[in-house]
Amino acid sequence: MPRIAPISEAVGHSVERHGARPSHLVQILREVQAELRCLPGPALDELARALRTPRVRVESAASFYHFFHSESHGAYEILFSDNIIDQMLGKREMMQYLCKLLWLQPGKLSEDGLVYVESTSDIGMADQGPAALVNGHVLPSLDESRLELVAGLIRDQKPLARWPRMLFEVADNVRKAGPLLGQAFEPGSALRKVLKQGAERTLAELDASNLRGRGGAGFKTAVKWASCRRAQGSEKHVVCNADEGEPGTFKDRVLLQSHADLVFEGMTLAARVIGASHGMVYLRGEYLYLLQRLEAVLARRRKDGLLGKGILGEQGFDFDIEIHLGAGAYICGEESALIESLEGKPGKPRNRPPYPDTFGYLGEPTGVNNVETFACAAKIAVHGGAWFAGMGTPASTGSKLMSVSGDVKRPGVYEYPFGVSVKQVLSDCGAGNAQAVQVGGPSGTCVSWREFDRRICFEDVPTAGAFMVFSRDRDMFEVARNFAHFFAHESCGFCTPCRVGTSLLRNHMDKLAAGKGSAYDMVQMKRLMHIMLTMSHCGLGHTAANPVVQTMEKFPDAYERRLRNLDFEPAFDLDGALQTARLITGRDDEWAHIVSKQP
Amino acid sequence: MSGAGAFTLDGMAIAYRDGETIMEAATEAGVYIPHLCHQPGFKPHGSCKLCTVSINGRNGAACTVRAQDGMTVLNNTPELNDSRRALTEMLFVEGNHICPACEKSGECQLQAVGYFVGMMTPRFDHFFPARDLDASHPEVLLDRNRCILCELCVRASRDMDGKDVFAIGGRGIRARLIVNSPTGLLADTNLSAKDKAVAVCPVGAILVKRRAYETPIGRRLYDRQPISEVALEEAKTLKGKGHG
Repeated sequence: MPRIAPISEAVGHSVERHGARPSHLVQILREVQAELRCLPGPALDELARALRTPRVRVESAASFYHFFHSESHGAYEILFSDNIIDQMLGKREMMQYLCKLLWLQPGKLSEDGLVYVESTSDIGMADQGPAALVNGHVLPSLDESRLELVAGLIRDQKPLARWPRMLFEVADNVRKAGPLLGQAFEPGSALRKVLKQGAERTLAELDASNLRGRGGAGFKTAVKWASCRRAQGSEKHVVCNADEGEPGTFKDRVLLQSHADLVFEGMTLAARVIGASHGMVYLRGEYLYLLQRLEAVLARRRKDGLLGKGILGEQGFDFDIEIHLGAGAYICGEESALIESLEGKPGKPRNRPPYPDTFGYLGEPTGVNNVETFACAAKIAVHGGAWFAGMGTPASTGSKLMSVSGDVKRPGVYEYPFGVSVKQVLSDCGAGNAQAVQVGGPSGTCVSWREFDRRICFEDVPTAGAFMVFSRDRDMFEVARNFAHFFAHESCGFCTPCRVGTSLLRNHMDKLAAGKGSAYDMVQMKRLMHIMLTMSHCGLGHTAANPVVQTMEKFPDAYERRLRNLDFEPAFDLDGALQTARLITGRDDEWAHIVSKQP
Repeated sequence: MSGAGAFTLDGMAIAYRDGETIMEAATEAGVYIPHLCHQPGFKPHGSCKLCTVSINGRNGAACTVRAQDGMTVLNNTPELNDSRRALTEMLFVEGNHICPACEKSGECQLQAVGYFVGMMTPRFDHFFPARDLDASHPEVLLDRNRCILCELCVRASRDMDGKDVFAIGGRGIRARLIVNSPTGLLADTNLSAKDKAVAVCPVGAILVKRRAYETPIGRRLYDRQPISEVALEEAKTLKGKGHG
């Protein structure tokens, strides 16, 4: 087994590397955990001292993110992606199989302290699942033979660097390319155009393109940039939201893996327009495997004069990009939570207004956009606003990348002009027998087979990119239950309606799944949904009940056949409550049970 | 402050000064909006969501949204009141709130708000979470069973006491109050019973020891007067002090 560094050494090195800036706390915690395999109390003490920050703030951040843990997860930590799509592809069976091979239980460190296996929220590999992370690195397309190989490598205690490369190969799976994915892009071409025509003209072209944010909310990019350009601030920032956490979404992964220049160029031209000198990519922790190659692209761009001081020889055009990694928190996809995380804090959404364009990173004006939005902006700079506006629909111009997964013959990334019908996508990806598509992920829209003529665009069914297909053999209740668990796990806990509501909703769904549901549960769930939708602090809470609301409405049978009683059924299990007493007394006879009368 | 304006609250014209929140302006005008994580003089937080009002047709927290000229705000509507009742019930089922056995009874804002919003029973299933009680500190008791995560103590300790004794750890339903010490114990922090962070706790989570029954139950703050009146009077007193 590789040696574990002493705490003071691990903390000291990392803090030094980050200039002892408390705003880099999440990055520092990642590095320290990688060295120590966990974040024990004494490491937090040491960090607080070194960063001159109260220990309680260090602990607050360390306990917020899913990937951080205070106890060791061994030399090999394997986290299986738990999205419904991974489950449909055999996640549960594969996880069980690996546990059997290694003689261990999920969520428990092996006796010899070597290996730990557990589930995690979707890791962005729904087109090549079931997938898992080993020490943060993606293992796609898992099957029994690959797991046997993995188990052998672990037993032999082979360092990850010496595992066969094929285990880590992530395919792009681009099935249909358009202007973003299909046309070659020459690095620097957009920046040259911007320097030639000036920032004002670039902004005017962006305005004419009517580009709207690709992260889901659909806010007009030119308006955001113009506001940030006008904002007063000694320093301004450009932030790329690469926290692609919405289950079933993986299109940003492909852009970053194979079209990083396009994304970085978009960020650099945004910097020119708004007057920023500092850029950051918030890369979701699950995409750690992309870090090295992204750093390589950044290094090449610096060498080619596309980043750094005096970009393309232009005096005063200074801009550089650093990459921050997330640590397993879906909520950080929300832009103000993302900024909090970039500042080294727990990712909890801020009160808005003010919005990031005037009050963002470290309280300074910040332009935050999705990966795909930056890529579109770079293309628009080269080809002009009219070119872009000529594609799609009037309110949803341009093309859209869709991450197609589930019961389809050809899962992968599809690029369509906005306005494409659900039916068209289904036919292209080879979904013969679909009963529903979850468009835009759990927080999006459940489109039933009756509505397959609906179109993908902001006017009809908006999406950040997920397109999960469910055949007629699937149980839509179980789909919604998986999503309810997801939201309960990912709620940041800041506001009452979301913190408590997501857990209550999950519990109701579990009660129904256990065959203990009644009509009263349905009433309570509807009540909860209304509270969450109208009272929550941010989009997570507003949309967390969507999957349940929509499946209840569109697939009522899936719920009704689970109701044991049309009136009321208690959640409290009288017989179950006696279990501890039975264990203590060693009894299991008839008189040690309360048998409820079956209806 | 320079500018001023007016907005309507349930049809009534409310004057405000520039920079004031809806909550501040309403309180000054003598209108109580239920709240738990807000206290006059504290930085707006907006987590309990009890003060949610309808602002020009969209919901927002009255304690964080700034008043603007011509806003139409609805506060006392059947729908909002029903939602507030539900939120209060959620807070009750989330923790372990046993009013008859709690020494804060009668002085607890959660209980008083429960009465105000007309809560009869928490209609949701209880979580009955296993939470820690910390009695290590010689003068102060920390009972996490009753914590509602309002972060008033977090803000008071950081912004007023200058100590950073408290923070929220964990996330989602597992969020919990943590304290600034390597042992995780209150005794090993520099908290004092005189700290604002102690006095500000709206529920029975942070209590000064050996004072539990100085005032008999039945003669306590909210036994004598509903929270809707107490809150307005307290705000007025605070303001008087601020100006004097």
